[in-house]
Amino acid sequence: MKSFTFERAETPAKAAAAAANNENAKFIAGGTNLLDLMKLEIEVPTHLIDVNKLKLDRIEETDDGGLRIGALVRNTDLASHQTVRRDFGVLSRALLAGASGQLRNKATTAGNLLQRTRCPYFYDTNMACNKRQPGSGCSAIGGFTRQLGVVGVSDACIATNPSDMNVALRALDATVETVKPDGETRSIAIADFHRLPGDTPQVETALEHGELITAVTLPAPVGGKHIYRKVRDRASYAFALVSVAGVIQPDGTGRIAVGGVAHKPWRMEEAEAELPQGAQAVANRLFADARPTDDNEFKILLTERTIAAVLDEARA
Amino acid sequence: MKFDTPATTNPIDQLKVVGQPHHRIEGPLKVTGQAHYAYENNLPNQTYGYVVGAAIAKGRINSMDLDEARKAPGVIDIVTAENAGDLGKGDMNTAKLLGGPEIQHYHQAIALVIAESFEQARAAANLVRVDYAEEKGSFDLEVAKSEATKPESGEPDSDVGDFEAGFDSAAVKFDQTYHTPDQSHSMMEPHASVATWEGDKLKIWHSNQMINWGTNDLAKTLKIERDKIQLMSPFVGGGFGGKLFLRTDALLAALGSRAVNRPVKVALQRPLIPNNTTHRPATIQRIRIGAGEDGKITAIGHEGWSGDLEDGQPETAVQQTRFLYAGADRMTRTRLAVLNLPEGNAMRAPGEAPGLMALEIAMDEMAEQLKLDPVEFRVMNDTQVVPDTPEQQTSDDDSQAKRDEGGSKALPFSQRQLVECLHQGAERFGWNKRNAKPGLVRDGRWLVGFGVAAAFRNNLVMDSGARAILGADGLVTIETDMTDIGTGSYTIIAQTAAEMMGVPLEMVSVRLADSTYPVSSGSGGQFGANSSTAGVYAACVKLREAVAQKLGFNASDAKFADQQVSSGNRSLALKDAAKDGEIVVEDKIEFGDLGKEKQQSTFGAHFVEVGVDRFTGETRIRRMLAICAAGRILNPITARSQVIGAMTMGVGGALMEELAVDKRHGFFVNHDLAGYEVPVHADIPHQEVIFLDETDPNSSPMKAKGVGELGLCGVGAAVANALYNATGVRVREYPITLDKFLPGILPA
Repeated sequence: MKSFTFERAETPAKAAAAAANNENAKFIAGGTNLLDLMKLEIEVPTHLIDVNKLKLDRIEETDDGGLRIGALVRNTDLASHQTVRRDFGVLSRALLAGASGQLRNKATTAGNLLQRTRCPYFYDTNMACNKRQPGSGCSAIGGFTRQLGVVGVSDACIATNPSDMNVALRALDATVETVKPDGETRSIAIADFHRLPGDTPQVETALEHGELITAVTLPAPVGGKHIYRKVRDRASYAFALVSVAGVIQPDGTGRIAVGGVAHKPWRMEEAEAELPQGAQAVANRLFADARPTDDNEFKILLTERTIAAVLDEARA
Repeated sequence: MKFDTPATTNPIDQLKVVGQPHHRIEGPLKVTGQAHYAYENNLPNQTYGYVVGAAIAKGRINSMDLDEARKAPGVIDIVTAENAGDLGKGDMNTAKLLGGPEIQHYHQAIALVIAESFEQARAAANLVRVDYAEEKGSFDLEVAKSEATKPESGEPDSDVGDFEAGFDSAAVKFDQTYHTPDQSHSMMEPHASVATWEGDKLKIWHSNQMINWGTNDLAKTLKIERDKIQLMSPFVGGGFGGKLFLRTDALLAALGSRAVNRPVKVALQRPLIPNNTTHRPATIQRIRIGAGEDGKITAIGHEGWSGDLEDGQPETAVQQTRFLYAGADRMTRTRLAVLNLPEGNAMRAPGEAPGLMALEIAMDEMAEQLKLDPVEFRVMNDTQVVPDTPEQQTSDDDSQAKRDEGGSKALPFSQRQLVECLHQGAERFGWNKRNAKPGLVRDGRWLVGFGVAAAFRNNLVMDSGARAILGADGLVTIETDMTDIGTGSYTIIAQTAAEMMGVPLEMVSVRLADSTYPVSSGSGGQFGANSSTAGVYAACVKLREAVAQKLGFNASDAKFADQQVSSGNRSLALKDAAKDGEIVVEDKIEFGDLGKEKQQSTFGAHFVEVGVDRFTGETRIRRMLAICAAGRILNPITARSQVIGAMTMGVGGALMEELAVDKRHGFFVNHDLAGYEVPVHADIPHQEVIFLDETDPNSSPMKAKGVGELGLCGVGAAVANALYNATGVRVREYPITLDKFLPGILPA
């Protein structure tokens, strides 16, 4: 591990300001992803700002009946929170489908939002990767791509976002609250938070340098059945081949967000309009512009089947 | 002690200690952290090595720039092929363990960076700059298959009768091709070593299954005398064949320690392991079966193709087909292609594991074609003699003479309870509830299926030595270079000594895996348990003789029980024999030609129930049952542990394990435990294991055989067959991931 300096921030604004002073600074909370990447020198921050003492670890009800989830709320605590389980079940289920008990105890809400891809070519520093080294090329394209993206991909990158939580947040229309180094705060809709790779796959979110996530807010509950189906090659402790977060109303309308298929949680409101027509119609719309590889083309049918499973479960 | 006639009654048959379900005697050390695995040996003034792997699969190093790395904080030295001195190559290694300038495979070690801390070594390793001249390589077995050749060693061809004619004229014919992928051992403990030199003597802790091979090959590679090396591996966190041979960590720790004149610790980084070390090679297998309308096999042919580096070895996937089922016209072919992927080599049940993954699907398919129950189809093609024996093919005078005598040419099995395994398993599993028509059984969202496969693995024996010591306190100590790779060697060796010397288990101390101890069988090929305890038996027979003589008994009628030696009315304490000084003896078991008189094999049957999600195709194992017939079971707890672990590995092979080949760059892409998935607890349901009552006097004085590989053999096919029974979709390419059959199942 390369040497780095370390400081513990006292307030969110001070944390953001500290990051602004060093372009190679990173925030660290649970560290469940960052430390692994630092060991491989995929991430090489020269300065770490520990945000664990920022008291952003509360879950509060908002005035409009929603929830405000502090950036540092641990995944375990969020998944087991009574209101989350009652009114936002899809989020609880998505969290519990991810990682392991030990990791969820450490991992934070903001950290989970910022998880980096698990593309094996991103992890192998002998291989070209536009995310790791902008402009070096993408060795995944034309290689082993079974886990990689089928839609929203670019010629520069076909990586996926590995998070389960993000998929549920997308289905719940969450908002990401941040503070910038100059103290300005803003709210970013989850739909705009994660980006597609385009020509700049190294830019993964809407965050500016030094901008710190302080909370995630959920609007008032929308009711319906909350289902999260994660499909993988083994029963636990694996990233999704595809996952589906569904909030399905008694009349058959609802929301569908898909994980494991794109650089961000994949949700299209116009696809949801097809829900009464069934899973195939939804999938056709979701993947109208898909560009799968031979290795991962199955994800399209698998998503359709997983949506069908969600709809079946919702009817049961 | 020569073992060349079948065993008669001996002290082991008392079964007071042997055969009893004793917990691991080293268990408390392991659960309290006192069992030190290789990397956990900490020495004063120690340093840390970090391995740099090649970034190309084939080519040459033009130049290495080490300047920046050498200047990095904490760096003491960097070992490369250029400065390591003149090195040999171990007999068991195909590729060099330290590459350069020629690169033979991806992640072949090219440097060891040694620093004061692990983190410093790692950071500096990232500063090593290498300029390569990359060459084109052969990375695709499917393509290389057409240029595969007949290997020079082994028995690449076997023919009995006229297979082609027999197959052509068969009333019912079956012909299919199967694929098994490259697999990684993925043991929990990475390859790790700690080395230190004392003058010209090397002391090394190296996680290894075969102390003698490892020591010999380290001596050969370093070009020093074997007795200058003390190699120790008292605890091993899994090997599965991946630690049969000397590996990079040991060589580089030794070279590094020589360079810096301090102890060096090296653990292979997990992401390096799949490409740096050996793996089970992928295979392509074509199986043809011809049978009469009555279901009797008349012709069986099995061809297997695999690839390896130049001068490498084939995966002998056709092996079991020469032994398992009857049929007059027979043929096997083994062909080997040159691939520039990392070195292929043994992984648990090499040959049979991938071979049965194919053959036992083929048997399921043929049974269906014949409209026969797959259990009964196997039973009706059972054979009590080896249907294809080496004697029938060799043309040396001896076997020719035997043939001329006109007697039975066929070699009988020493024990063969395949039919019993199948019948008992079917009964216990409720096989009669299986619906022969696939895709019809539902349980909620699950499509449910049953599958069966036969298990077969030959029983190998290896000469094995041990030292037995009786102390004045009555403690019996055994020293042998046998390893315990999680299998239970400590315990069964202690049980053997306790039985032989008539002492309780607590009065036996076992010291293993040190190259200064007598050479044993080591752990591999499921020969370890039977061979190494037979070696201990031999040493204990000698110790009994020495004790008897010392106490004035006739060795042949002295009884050893309850820490007493007695004959007639006379009885003396065992420890009295050592009151003037401990008694030390050494002997080894040397196996003769019994294996040529009767074929020794182990048999079993695997039964599996799976559920397949009718929407998504996710497969979940619901039940597993293994019935094993493998000679005397020395300890039912450790033997069961071996079999359930093997069954778990079989599930991995069936459903998820595959080293994904990048056919452009020539490497295994998913080279860590996040990418190479093995089963987790949630994948494994209730597992039941039954051992049939069996003793095999031809195997050794212990009358035991191996179970550690038998437990894996056939599991993959049983899962595959259950999956077919559940879904009606036949997949012939492992692992059977959902993408391979999803279009064939309908959610409605």
